[in-house]
Amino acid sequence: MTQNYFELFELKPLFDLDLTVLESNYRKIQSESHPDRFVTAPAPEKLQSMQTATLANEAYQTLKNSASRAKYLLELQGINAIAETNTAMPPDFLMQQMDWRENLEDAKSEKNIKALDSLLTEMRAEAKMLQTDLGDFLDTKKNYAAATEATRKLIFIEKVCADINKAIEQIEN
Amino acid sequence: MALLQISEPGQYAAPHQHKLAVGIDLGTTNSLVATVRSGMSTVLQDEHGHALLPSIVRYLPDGGVVVGHEAQAQQSSDPVNTIASVKRFMGRNLKDIVDRAHIPYRFADSTENAAGAQSARLLQIQTRAGFKSPVEISAEILKTLKVRAEKSLGGELVGAVITVPAYFDDAQRQATKDAARLAGLNVLRLLNEPTAAAVAYGLDNAAEGTYVIYDLGGGTFDISILKLAKGVFEVLATNGDSALGGDDFDHRIYCWVLDKIRENSSTFVPLGEQDTRLLLTKARQAKEWLTDNFEAQIVCRLGNGTLVDVTLTAAEFVELTQHLVTKTLSPTRKAMRDANLTQEDIKGVVLVGGATRMPHVRHAVQEFFKQEPLTNLDPDKVVALGAAIQANVLAGNRSENDLLLLDVIPLSLGLETMGGLVEKIIPRNSTLPIARAQEFTTFKDGQTAMRIHVLQGERELVSDCRSLARFELRGIPPMVAGAARIRVTFTVDADGLLSVSARETTSNVEANIVVKPSYGLSEEEILNMLQSSFGAAEQDKQARALAEAKVDAESLLAAIGVALEQDGHLLNTKEKQKITAKMNALKADINAAPSPASADAIREATEALNAATENFAARRMDASISSALAGKNLDHLEI
Repeated sequence: MTQNYFELFELKPLFDLDLTVLESNYRKIQSESHPDRFVTAPAPEKLQSMQTATLANEAYQTLKNSASRAKYLLELQGINAIAETNTAMPPDFLMQQMDWRENLEDAKSEKNIKALDSLLTEMRAEAKMLQTDLGDFLDTKKNYAAATEATRKLIFIEKVCADINKAIEQIEN
Repeated sequence: MALLQISEPGQYAAPHQHKLAVGIDLGTTNSLVATVRSGMSTVLQDEHGHALLPSIVRYLPDGGVVVGHEAQAQQSSDPVNTIASVKRFMGRNLKDIVDRAHIPYRFADSTENAAGAQSARLLQIQTRAGFKSPVEISAEILKTLKVRAEKSLGGELVGAVITVPAYFDDAQRQATKDAARLAGLNVLRLLNEPTAAAVAYGLDNAAEGTYVIYDLGGGTFDISILKLAKGVFEVLATNGDSALGGDDFDHRIYCWVLDKIRENSSTFVPLGEQDTRLLLTKARQAKEWLTDNFEAQIVCRLGNGTLVDVTLTAAEFVELTQHLVTKTLSPTRKAMRDANLTQEDIKGVVLVGGATRMPHVRHAVQEFFKQEPLTNLDPDKVVALGAAIQANVLAGNRSENDLLLLDVIPLSLGLETMGGLVEKIIPRNSTLPIARAQEFTTFKDGQTAMRIHVLQGERELVSDCRSLARFELRGIPPMVAGAARIRVTFTVDADGLLSVSARETTSNVEANIVVKPSYGLSEEEILNMLQSSFGAAEQDKQARALAEAKVDAESLLAAIGVALEQDGHLLNTKEKQKITAKMNALKADINAAPSPASADAIREATEALNAATENFAARRMDASISSALAGKNLDHLEI
């Protein structure tokens, strides 16, 4: 349990990860530890395999996604980015949040899939910018306060994206 | 000189011994069994050369069971005892079956169910062989395939991989596993059908890249998106409809024919079970015929003599069923969105399942993905072939295809929270195996138990999701409200099956979990079923025991009768009465109607009589010794 997710995949604890290396190292671990390899093995080995494969899945999902990767890097620094005490958000971002939410509600009530799609594209572009910032804050400048704020923004954007997708799904049905 | 080779203790002397393992596609309409022989995945045929076993089970009047073509042949004449498409009922309860009026089976309510409250929520079908659960009926199909495989491979199977629709929930998976157990199969893995198809396709075509498997079977629809690279099959997203398949197309035709009959006759008599089955069969044949023809003629005579003669054109068929085809596209879109992919990212679309032979289905898939779907593998066999490859690897046979399958959970798992809402714990499309822990606390001071309700599904309300299990956590140390920390861990294994464990973390007390599955079979029920499958043998054993007990009892009665006649004077009246009472009790037991407990009752009464006559026997012994000794001197005493 002393091993963190980055160490598990033999990676440096950086936000700017080479995702192809992450993926191939993940697959290497799974091909050795997956329960399918231990179907006929004794129970203790089966359990061990189950635990390793579960950990690898959890670690891979955490590091693959940029928002959860940033959140995890901050955790390694002892910072809980989504702690309830950690609510500070710059006013301009709050304003923008409200804008996005309003656009989402409007498009939803109009059942306008096209508007929802373009909102999704806008959010993705915003996420991309935040990811560039995060690489800078976390890997280069070690500015964890700025990184925390950017991470919170990114998590928020992901939530809105999920809501947009849900709205599209509802309209399509 | 050649040295003798001696293997490490505990290791096989023959390391390359091939272990017999099979892949089984337990389908709604047809089932298949395949195995890897000399490196090639092959579907095994029965003695008549049939690869496909119709998933139809018939319970015969003489107590026998037939499966497959033989059962299918009697489907129309004996619809109530001939069960088809049982897969649709796996892990379901009565309220899940929406169109019962058009299914020619007699479904049983829990109250009619002799098995008792354990399976209160489980659906059962009434046949002449009694109430049968879908698990038992499926087990008959699996048994037939097991026999076929063992005959054909000439040995006992080490294990089997059984395929399930990717969109099957926990209850349906558990039911499938129970059926396999009942059939005496060692389940190496439950494998998702589209993933199995991807294995067969990917290995056959050395495919790399992102592929879509569109699997429309007899009763289920699955869509899976997989990334194929160097023997790793990673499922990115899966979706589907576990109650949509070729059967529904048959059903649309059936309804259309009914409408036609009504149009042509002023007095429409409701159809019996035989007519329903006959028309459904005719509908299926028409559907298949329309794959290569412009029109299909449906001709048959109903039980009341009415002649049905109607012609369905391909265009009419498309009109009747286009909404079903459209219905498959919604899950397809969801899966694409979950995988965060667009049509351009897809390298190929593989069609699986007999229902994908319908031209308008192919056309819709082609339109959606903007490419011609791949059909170079037999859509009926590809799932079984892939399952066999996986079975071969799991059984530990050396294989050049060192493949790894990374599959996902198709539906989110959640817990009931305040107000009948579901809180998601494990989101859909999470790679398996997966474990998630959730902490709970107590609501009242000194609370020592809490109830947890696990659900599966995407909807927000408890009533819209499938209830998987209700747990009671007991033995929580009494503390003030909110102080206890109960950590409940949900684990979903590689078969997609859930297990739960709990621990109170502040005191480190392991909470006692009372598992009350609201689905599937209890351990006890499986054991009961296994026992009743040995029922005939058990009855023989009972009959023998009873006969033996009677013989013993009667010989004791006879002996005591003689003894009383000869030496009755040795007993006083009270003693005599006591023995007579015991004798009468034993006689009553012997003459009672035989039941499974008769043998035991007779044995007990026999022993009681034996005990009651011990004194008498001892006195008789003394008396006979004294009479023998009387008037004899020691010199003549014979020893």
